[in-house]
Amino acid sequence: MTAFAIEVSGLHKSFGKTAVLKGLDLSVPAGAIFALLGPNGAGKTTLIHILSTLVAPDEGAARIAGHDVVRARNEVKRSISLTGQFAAVDEMLTGEENLRMMCRLSGLSGAESRVRSAELLRQFELEAAAGKRARTYSGGMRRRLDLAISLIASRPVLFLDEPTTGLDTISRRALWDMILRLKEHGITVFLTTQYLEEADELADRIAVINGGRIVAEGTAEELKARVGGEVIEFRDAADELLASIPTSGSAADVRKTLNEMAGLFPEGTRIGIRKPSMDDVFVALTGNYTNSADKKEAAIS
Amino acid sequence: MKTALTATAKSPSFLTTNAVFIGRSLRHSLRNVESLMMAIMLPILLMLLFTYVFGGALDPTGNYVNYVVPGIILLCAGFGSSSTAVDVATDMTNGIIDRFRTMPIRAMSVITGHVVASLVRNVLATCIVISVALLVGFESSASFGGWLAALGVVVLFILTFTWLFASIGLVTGSPAAASGYGFILLFLPYLSSAFVPTNTMPSWMQGFANHQPITPVIETMRALLSGTPVGDSGWQALLWCCGILLLSLLWSAAAFRRKAGRR
Repeated sequence: MTAFAIEVSGLHKSFGKTAVLKGLDLSVPAGAIFALLGPNGAGKTTLIHILSTLVAPDEGAARIAGHDVVRARNEVKRSISLTGQFAAVDEMLTGEENLRMMCRLSGLSGAESRVRSAELLRQFELEAAAGKRARTYSGGMRRRLDLAISLIASRPVLFLDEPTTGLDTISRRALWDMILRLKEHGITVFLTTQYLEEADELADRIAVINGGRIVAEGTAEELKARVGGEVIEFRDAADELLASIPTSGSAADVRKTLNEMAGLFPEGTRIGIRKPSMDDVFVALTGNYTNSADKKEAAIS
Repeated sequence: MKTALTATAKSPSFLTTNAVFIGRSLRHSLRNVESLMMAIMLPILLMLLFTYVFGGALDPTGNYVNYVVPGIILLCAGFGSSSTAVDVATDMTNGIIDRFRTMPIRAMSVITGHVVASLVRNVLATCIVISVALLVGFESSASFGGWLAALGVVVLFILTFTWLFASIGLVTGSPAAASGYGFILLFLPYLSSAFVPTNTMPSWMQGFANHQPITPVIETMRALLSGTPVGDSGWQALLWCCGILLLSLLWSAAAFRRKAGRR
């Protein structure tokens, strides 16, 4: 038995003339929480669709728990659970009915389904809303119901495609706690995210995807070390950003940077110090800027 | 920490999968109050409209109700089936279909669920149409066997058009588009012998009206309900329905597979 829950080699996928994945390689150790970090359009969802058998790759191979995603689709389906980018709940049914339906479709009997649904409703703090239709649920409740559904059949590999996009801070925290608890069950979690903070908080290992390739892989600490400790921002009197410069975060390095910059900016320039953002990771790892506002910034600094 | 890499879950049987999806679609039908009301009100309103408003002008002897009942039954069945297109399209655009597709089940059963629910809904609606028809003076000289055969024709018609609308729901990109395309098909009964005999139409239109699927089905129903010989329209109706049903089944299966590989 292989020690990797997910193994991907040389994966290519194009839609029409647009190449989305361009030779992607990846291995995820069993039992890990693995985050795939990247901007919109980097190929995150396409990769999840290939790994969950929804889309066939053009070239390359991918194996889940040792099963090939093209040749052994049914074995793969038995090994995975997918929580897509949009909460996949039936809005016309209540939370409890959603769970019971999915229990039945996972091969549980009617009686087993009742017990398992009640268990999951309790675990995900949805008991009070169990009898309400899912269309009345808040974003956070839908995500929790979605995640509860994913855990019905205790599949060894769980895919979460941008699990917290669109959630407020409190719901995001609550969902993070629930995802972290999955580790106790020994489930391998493969999640995609646009937020460095989310990857940092949850993942044992992080891979950064850009332009259809993995551009960096490692623990959160390793990646942050490549970006620098703190970023100094220079703003003019009208609060317009003049430049942002990464530093190691040590007092000496900050002082040195400020000295180097002295006299370069007009009277009234103010500074701020912040943690590295997703964009900073990208600048450091790829030299690319993820949106046009940052290009302006790059031109100045 | 224990690390699980082997799958333990079992798959549900084919029958369970279908039963679950049929139950789901029936629940949807009961909870979609607006379309349930529409399915009940439309037959009643149409029956009253054609009998009391148009009926006097179309047949001053007051016998029009006996002519028009089969037409209204099919018009309502067609209308009722058309909502399947919207139901299927809604499922296909919602994330839930991806979850079904990544489970070790026959995901196509989602469509079977919608089809069976439509069948149940529309057989009930047909019963309402017939009850109202009897109340406004519809007289049938059909035997019990004739009624049973007529019901069989209606069920086959509903099944055929429901699968056709399900295919339309699968190939259109959105529920709104599905509703639009479905609407076009609902004009077919007006261009048939449902409301007036086709020989009262301009000759160029007769060519179409006599050779489209609705006319033989209507004529078969009319003959069965009035106890007269069915003639050629019987096998023509069967051929049309079975042909369209078979094509719709193939079309929907192909569309379902194609959708899976496209995104």
